[in-house]
Amino acid sequence: MDATSFFIQQMVNAIFLGSIFALIALGYTMVYGIIQLINFAHGEMFTAGAFIGLIVLVAFQKMGFVESHFILTLIFVFALAMAYTAVLGVAIEHVAYKPLRKASRLSAILSALGMSIFLSNGMMLSQGVSDRAYPPVLGWEGFTLAGARITYGQLFIVILSIVLMYALWIFVNNTRLGKAMRATAQNKTMSRMLGINVDKTIRVTFMIGPALGAAAGVMVGLYYGSVRFDMGFIYMIKAFAAAILGGIGSIPGAMLGGLIIGVVEVMWSAFLPSEWKDVTTFVVLILVLYLKPSGILGKGDSEARV
Amino acid sequence: MAKSDLKRLVIYSLFLGILILPMVGFPTAHFNGARVAIVWGVFVGMLALSMVFKTLRKSDSFHDGLDRLAPLRQAWAQKYTAVPHWAWLALVILAVCIYPLAANNYLTDVGITCLVYICLGLGLNIVVGLAGLLDLGYIAFYAVGAYTYSLLNLNFGVPFWVCLPAGIALGAIAGCIIGYPTLKMRGDYLAIVTMGFGEIIRLVLNNWDKLTHGPNGLFGMSKPTLIYPTFTDGLGWAVYPLKSLNALYYMIFGITILTVIGVSRLNRSRIGRAWVAIREDEVAAELTGVPTMWLKLLAYALGASFAAVVGGFFAAKLSYTNPNFFIFMESCIVLCIVVLGGVGSIPGVIIAAVVLTAVPEIFRNLQEYRMLAFGFAMAAMMVLRPQGIIPESRRKRELQIDAEAD
Repeated sequence: MDATSFFIQQMVNAIFLGSIFALIALGYTMVYGIIQLINFAHGEMFTAGAFIGLIVLVAFQKMGFVESHFILTLIFVFALAMAYTAVLGVAIEHVAYKPLRKASRLSAILSALGMSIFLSNGMMLSQGVSDRAYPPVLGWEGFTLAGARITYGQLFIVILSIVLMYALWIFVNNTRLGKAMRATAQNKTMSRMLGINVDKTIRVTFMIGPALGAAAGVMVGLYYGSVRFDMGFIYMIKAFAAAILGGIGSIPGAMLGGLIIGVVEVMWSAFLPSEWKDVTTFVVLILVLYLKPSGILGKGDSEARV
Repeated sequence: MAKSDLKRLVIYSLFLGILILPMVGFPTAHFNGARVAIVWGVFVGMLALSMVFKTLRKSDSFHDGLDRLAPLRQAWAQKYTAVPHWAWLALVILAVCIYPLAANNYLTDVGITCLVYICLGLGLNIVVGLAGLLDLGYIAFYAVGAYTYSLLNLNFGVPFWVCLPAGIALGAIAGCIIGYPTLKMRGDYLAIVTMGFGEIIRLVLNNWDKLTHGPNGLFGMSKPTLIYPTFTDGLGWAVYPLKSLNALYYMIFGITILTVIGVSRLNRSRIGRAWVAIREDEVAAELTGVPTMWLKLLAYALGASFAAVVGGFFAAKLSYTNPNFFIFMESCIVLCIVVLGGVGSIPGVIIAAVVLTAVPEIFRNLQEYRMLAFGFAMAAMMVLRPQGIIPESRRKRELQIDAEAD
């Protein structure tokens, strides 16, 4: 394999990983944009989505549904995982975040952190401590493009995440609810005066964000072949770095940030010692916060930094 | 119970059922209905109990009962205040001193763990409680202390008491390194960045094989010793190694007392008041001439050095250390202690540390539910009683004044 095709291969992997990070980062950015709270439990929602996907997939496999209706199975796996996580997101918002909307920031963050610990340990107790294997339904068949090998599974995952992001984009920009969401993010009091149901809008945000995270969780499970109760932690940090890098609160920023983090991580693993790859994400995160806290596409509101 | 409460109970139970059913019901590919029923039953029971309690608290008869109890409570309070403050303190210290003599090795070990967490909680209390900076990577400083002692002792044979100041200095420097870039950030960014730093330190310890032996850790550090004069023939010096569990217990007890004194003195000093001012309103503090930048750095450095001291002790006690002692969950436990105790309150932190380390030991067969309960307690505490078990007196007065103003 020559250098060019090696590079192209790594870029393919980077885009694949980056689109997963972008999906998780979108959940962060949307929640942050609307209530200015880092949803610490987001990583756990991602894991929960992966587990539900696994459960549904295994159940379908037992019925022999996977062989007969492959596409339908995948649709069901993603839809059920996303639906479950949307319910979970709303429940958590209602129990742990809503009562603290007027309280100090510290209380809200601590409550979110408590929820994250609770969920991750709840999943440990209910689904076990060790790795759970995903049935390898995507397979390893693929094709070669310009010297780089792309599996159909990778292609499917990238296309699905693009579709989801595009759907989100349309939703936020072209629907009434999306407009309400943008208005609420800008000014809650004014939105309420204009007759927008702020509580409902926040609830919808807490359905969409975790649902996107759950889709990413299922993708990770399908592609890497296993899930674990604490895998959300490292993905959460990386997605958060992506959201900050792109400018938190900005939806295209989260997509861009996700891609950049994916490229950094894959390129680092390809050329430099890979056991340090997690350190690089943290370093990127800290450098961005130090040098340009508003991110690449952020609005740079000075109020946010006080 | 009102009708609306009943309706809410039903809706909540349904939601809980939806959430619990797939997650708990499929530990393997086979559905386990009994498991779902038990977990769901426990949660719904808790929910129903909390609602009954809530309606009870609103009812008149409950308040009548409270009124009837009031004179009794006053009498108790009078009896409590009749005994001077120092007598209570002496009683507590005496009890803690006698404890290892009455307890077996296992209980003494639990006592040591308790005291270690008290020190860590008090150190983090400076950063989170007084200065109001959320630090999720606190355990990293504990690691700095532990590794400073381990490396110096193993490579150069430096004794514990010489390593201690070195550990404090390195801890403070690490605190400043972490603190400096984060000073301009707001609470939630700060939380993530400190979490990132904490993980970086753990990953470095894990990956830097040549220095730290990676995940295998370091072992064989010598125990601390005491040197005392003897007069058997002329003046001489004898060495007493602090090897037994009891000796180590008294040592960490001494460290705890010094920490308590240090933190309470800091709390009442000019610096402590400046920290509280920063916590309450940073812009106002800056405008009234508080050097916020330096004081925030100082909070980080001091908090870190307290952790480094305990870290050194911990490595010396076990004669072993490895990077997996310093995972993110440990930071969460320490934070949980500070939060449950009442942010900024010293007695609160001490009680919370004792409760959070002793209770899991009592219910050993429920060990695996420990973090579940901690997480739940943390979120519940923030929603129901953000001031903690024992609110800091200054904070309590502020809240009272606010209530009177309303």
